[in-house]
Amino acid sequence: MNQEKSETPEKNPAVAHSHPGQDSRRDFMMKVSLGLGGLAAAAVAVPVVGALVAPLLEDKPEVWRNVGAPDQFPVGTTKLVKFENADPLKWAGETARTAAWIRHEADGQFVAFSVNCTHLGCPVRWEADAELFMCPCHGGIYYRDGTVAAGPPPKPLPRYDVRIAQGQVQVGTAPIPITKFSDG
Amino acid sequence: MKTFFRKIGAWLEDRTGIMAAITPILNHLVPPGAKWAYVFGSATLFCFILQVVTGIGLALLYQPSSDAAYQSLKFITDQAMFGRVLRGIHFFGASGMIIFVGVHMIRVYIMAAYKYPREMNWITGVFLLFLTIIMGFTGQLLRWDSNGVWSSVVAAQNLGRIPLIGTTLARLLLGGDTIGAQSLSRFFAYHVFLFPALIFGLIGLHLFLVIRNGISEPPKAGRPVDPKTYRKWYEAMLKREGVPFWPDAAWRDAMFGALVIIAIVGLAITFGPPALTQPPDPSLIKTTPAPDWYMLPIFALFALVPPRTESYLIFFGPVLAVGALLALPFLSGTGERSPIRRPWAVFGVVCVVIFVGALLVAGEIAPWSPRFDTKPVTEFVSYHNPQLERGAELFYKKGCQYCHMIRGEGGLKGPDLSLIGRTWTPDQLDVQIVNGKGGMPAYGGSLKQDELRAIVAFLSVQK
Repeated sequence: MNQEKSETPEKNPAVAHSHPGQDSRRDFMMKVSLGLGGLAAAAVAVPVVGALVAPLLEDKPEVWRNVGAPDQFPVGTTKLVKFENADPLKWAGETARTAAWIRHEADGQFVAFSVNCTHLGCPVRWEADAELFMCPCHGGIYYRDGTVAAGPPPKPLPRYDVRIAQGQVQVGTAPIPITKFSDG
Repeated sequence: MKTFFRKIGAWLEDRTGIMAAITPILNHLVPPGAKWAYVFGSATLFCFILQVVTGIGLALLYQPSSDAAYQSLKFITDQAMFGRVLRGIHFFGASGMIIFVGVHMIRVYIMAAYKYPREMNWITGVFLLFLTIIMGFTGQLLRWDSNGVWSSVVAAQNLGRIPLIGTTLARLLLGGDTIGAQSLSRFFAYHVFLFPALIFGLIGLHLFLVIRNGISEPPKAGRPVDPKTYRKWYEAMLKREGVPFWPDAAWRDAMFGALVIIAIVGLAITFGPPALTQPPDPSLIKTTPAPDWYMLPIFALFALVPPRTESYLIFFGPVLAVGALLALPFLSGTGERSPIRRPWAVFGVVCVVIFVGALLVAGEIAPWSPRFDTKPVTEFVSYHNPQLERGAELFYKKGCQYCHMIRGEGGLKGPDLSLIGRTWTPDQLDVQIVNGKGGMPAYGGSLKQDELRAIVAFLSVQK
């Protein structure tokens, strides 16, 4: 570029009147302003992108939530329990609540299922007489042990940790189970 | 008085030059045949402006936080002055935008207006199509009732099927591991700031390209587009017979746009906005999430494709659709434009319209879902035989009737069993119920022997 300009100085008066020193000065200033611009953009981008990805960086340990005394769950029944999720901010309100299906298999043996269908996450309901979990969205159906009975779900209902401590049945909070490409 | 205003006008024009800048655009020549078929793009634009204006109105009243949004929606719908109409207009405006984007796109494709030199018009249009759909979907989530909450879970699940980064994207969408305090503000930011900003920019580019490349003339069989000569020919044609956009062509856009807006407002006053379902409490699971009508075809597709192919469909489907639409002007960027000479293109459009329409109807009926609200057989048939009576009762209680129609009441997922006793023996019924098969759960593990006998007896007398 520079060479071309110096070959035809008469076409561009600004270049024609400039000294060689001024050329490199302009070049330097251009680079400085580009660099400063990049720095400014980066300085703004850090907090904006930070706000975007912050939920990924927070470490949320499993929290145990009391869901009731063991004798509230007769053996052989499946019951909906509601509890608070792992990280309730004050303004979450009722959206901080979450639910699980608890099945009292045998004496003292509990299983907790996610309410989310593994197809697309809709809430499955337990039909006690039929002993089936049914999803209202695309007709996914599961047996009482959470295995798929019919419909499109690619895998069994996920299970949550469950234990008995301090005389209470406790459920371990967990993320919404997200079905991956390789699962289906 | 008149001269006073004229003086102000002259002063403004002298200091701003706005009219000098706009007049050439208003007066630009358009082909004389650009008549009623050409109003759908501007109708989409009118709907978009309507959405911006009503969106601002709603944002004045709406609380974009997970705990308060539902209350504010109730307030808007039931108490705020004209709030119900405002929500209604925003809803029907969204529907209108989706419809006119579709019609505009079909018109452009049928008339092959995407060919040289208007490839970039098409490409910016494809992006606008997807942004419009995204806006529709994110808007539906902002109706933060149980439908909105569960739609956001479904959206996260869909993202989750993207290989490698799916789960991360799903978490980003929800603003954490679960629905909670950060979920709604994210959707609000997407729906109100991010995507509208992109749409504004792209509409600007789209309109600039319309002016720069000129409105396509109505196609004529036997007059193919040749990049070597087209521009010259188009310029000459415009000079010869073009008409100024304002007012010769613009009045149609203005009239149609006004009628569309009046129709939308009329619909909003007559039908009102979609009703709110239960509060956004994720532990209230007795809900039947269903998307707004324009997402129903996709909702139906997920129910109807073989489950094994679903991950591929969810991921590759949109990728292929975008890829095919973007590739179109490069695959057939020149040549014949007339639909008479492009029968396969017309056939393709008809197929797509029928396909999407059929999925829409299927999504409306949702025959794959259990009908939880079906009335038990015992309400309208009574048997003297106690075993039959019990069978009828169990047929409902065990969930059979959720999926099987009997005597006009029941679900559509399984076959109608009203006449099953004519063709199936008790043994066959027995085996089917115990083992299940073909989309039916096996009841062997949950039915007692006498329950099974009662159901089989009940089904055997259905003839």
